Amino acid sequence: MIAELGQFALILALMVALVQSVLTFVGVRTGDPAIHGFARAGSIAQFVLMLTAFACLTVLFAVSDFSVLVVAENSHTDKPFLYKLTGVWGNHEGSMLLWGLILTAYTAALALSAKPVEARLVSLTFAVQSLVTAAFTAFLLFTSNPFARLWPSPMNGQDLNPLLQDPGLASHPPMLYAGYVGFSITFSFAVAALIEGRVDARWARIVRPWALAAWSFLTVGIALGAAWAYYELGWGGWWAWDPVENASLMPWLAGTAFIHSLRVMEKRDTLKAWTILLALMTFSLSLAGTFLVRSGVLTSVHAFAVDPERGVFILGILIAVIGGSLALYGLRASHLKPTGVFSEVSRESTLLINNLFIGAACALVFFGTFYPLFITTVSDETITVGAPFFNATFNPMMGVLFILVPVSGMLAWKRGKLKPVLRKLMPALVAALAAGVLALWIADRTPIAGALGTALAMWVGIGVLIDIAQRLKLGDIPLKASLSRAINLPLGIWGMAVAHFGLAITVFAITGVSAWKQETSAFLMPGQSLQIAGYTVELDDVRRFDGANYVAEEGRFAISRGQRDLGELVAERRFYPVRQMSTTESAIRTRGTGDLYISFGEPSRERGWPVHVYIYPFAMWLWIGSAILTLGGVLSIADRGRRSLTARKTADTTDAAREVTS
Amino acid sequence: MNRLFLFLPLALFAVMAAYFALGLRENPGEIPSQLIDRELPAFDLPPIQGHETGLASADLAGEVSLLNVFGSWCPPCAIEHPMLMQISRSGVVPIYGIDWKDPPGAGTRWLERNGNPYVRIGNDAEGRVAIDLGITGAPETFIIDRAGRVRYRHVGVITEEVWEGTLLPLVEHLQAEEMP
Repeated sequence: MIAELGQFALILALMVALVQSVLTFVGVRTGDPAIHGFARAGSIAQFVLMLTAFACLTVLFAVSDFSVLVVAENSHTDKPFLYKLTGVWGNHEGSMLLWGLILTAYTAALALSAKPVEARLVSLTFAVQSLVTAAFTAFLLFTSNPFARLWPSPMNGQDLNPLLQDPGLASHPPMLYAGYVGFSITFSFAVAALIEGRVDARWARIVRPWALAAWSFLTVGIALGAAWAYYELGWGGWWAWDPVENASLMPWLAGTAFIHSLRVMEKRDTLKAWTILLALMTFSLSLAGTFLVRSGVLTSVHAFAVDPERGVFILGILIAVIGGSLALYGLRASHLKPTGVFSEVSRESTLLINNLFIGAACALVFFGTFYPLFITTVSDETITVGAPFFNATFNPMMGVLFILVPVSGMLAWKRGKLKPVLRKLMPALVAALAAGVLALWIADRTPIAGALGTALAMWVGIGVLIDIAQRLKLGDIPLKASLSRAINLPLGIWGMAVAHFGLAITVFAITGVSAWKQETSAFLMPGQSLQIAGYTVELDDVRRFDGANYVAEEGRFAISRGQRDLGELVAERRFYPVRQMSTTESAIRTRGTGDLYISFGEPSRERGWPVHVYIYPFAMWLWIGSAILTLGGVLSIADRGRRSLTARKTADTTDAAREVTS
Repeated sequence: MNRLFLFLPLALFAVMAAYFALGLRENPGEIPSQLIDRELPAFDLPPIQGHETGLASADLAGEVSLLNVFGSWCPPCAIEHPMLMQISRSGVVPIYGIDWKDPPGAGTRWLERNGNPYVRIGNDAEGRVAIDLGITGAPETFIIDRAGRVRYRHVGVITEEVWEGTLLPLVEHLQAEEMP
């Protein structure tokens, strides 16, 4: 009954989305003033229906109704209750439903927050957004129905993949999707702007908070994914250039370029066609990413047609959404005329360079991810693209880009002067060189990469601090005056500074974790110990115990350094009988200077337990850095700008007048 | 000219879409291999960390066997693994493994954690042998006959159905064949 209710809600959502989309397009065309209110109401209705469907599926998981196929395939009565709930999106159908729910949640958020400005543009945005929702709901209903029944229903379910039974991974998809799907709003705004044939600084102002919100969610989502890999895979791998990871990195890169070019458009009324293209690309990559990954396309490159019907549907949606929007772009983008002029040395030109670099980096990741697929499609030849390719191409490109970060922040809009900026950044350069040399001297492992990474992080970090100090006139005027300048500084500037500072910390942490890591392993019997980087790790004992839906072996390790006793660490190995799979719960001692990371494997009778110990310097700063990066994005959302949108009523009426005459 | 330039993104996407459509047409499990009915390319791989013997192409001759390409970094391999363990326990056919593009020690740790279904494992850290074999992604599995020829290639996860329906019958057929 509950399943049927959910399915019915989904069907209704499809209907409402279709009707709303068509009527809104017609209404905008005929200039019906009632259409805006109608579009808003329809958007909220879609959200309520999707929420109903999602709630139904959640109830089905909570009560373990194994007569529903996805529940039977992904749940088990012994599974802890929390994972019964997160299991709702731990499978293809459920995760697609979550995607749809978030999509309509964004539309509803726009409906609830939309100010009475640019009514035509916003109505068109609703129409485009509803089209996407309709396509998506149809995909759910026809090829991935989460409410499909199973008969005869089994006595118990097949349990959720144990790798997914982890708090990190449970929270990862919602965040990631909130990021992916958030870019649907900017996409719809871009399509609406193309239909209108007009885009300006006000468009950028309306769109910016949505872009920043989506970007912030995506940043958190990617960081959670990396953290999950770090803690769960048992060897501290946090990024492997795996196609699935690349699929989330590409929209992030495009989104990063987008929020930067959006700023140029808002300030200088230029880069219009480019910014619109980025808005389209960002969502296209999100869409391609979700679909290709979730349908198992990219996990193994050739699994594209796992379910041929589903594959065709996916391709159809991709062609309609991406192809359709790009065709519109080709037809209409020439209407978007810039008014601002570019001078070679200005903040906008450095931001353009930023865009080109990030765009190229994104293309590189795209190429690396899809190349094997292309090659196998056209020939029998095979080429594999892995981490070495990305390290050799992506990293240097990002490195050069980072050199620009502090310079860009300090250059003036319109006409900047490079020389005074560079003079002000001198301390950052000195600090960067000193840090690089220091890193070269302290660490003897892969010295060049470590030194470069440290120097870059220092350059960006100190550069940002100098920038802020300059803006506050710190030291030049009394402290109190600086403080009041700090309060008056627009939140957008704070957001930029905080995000760039977070970037510096992240770069430093990446350098530490990858260039200076140490590892050792040995077979240990209880009482035996091994040494790494001055630490002594002694295996105390190993004990078996039963968990809720697994059996586990827990190893206790005594850690000491020299004479000092540093306490005990506990690592686990779990075996999930239903799925016949094992997972590792590593023991990690986290300190600001680095992690001590212990995992152990299956014992051999004579030699004891294989114990692996790693030192990951500054690993904690990966998470802190990405949190600061996200905070920067959130701060910028809060920036209302110097003039609020509604205060520009006069401009609005002139716009409206122009529309009437044109 | 400038206006045509604006259609460039669409043109690029059209090419992409065409490739996806082509990819869609292929049956994922049965990408034809140039190697079918040919001798396995010669290789001699070192052992993975902590193991004494590596894997050479010569090891596979004389008996029908499976050659499975895996990596600890590959999520579908984790899904496939219980099936391999089951095949290995049944003793129907020996499984040889190629650990593909793993960081040092990662493969060993992975097997310690999940169990080791392989008779011997070769370490293909750089992926050279995988290129000779035409591997496009992990997991991939070849059926090798007594004469050391490749008889079948399965791309992707070996599920219960693939094993019962395709691989096992072929293995039994090959085992029944007279030595040429």
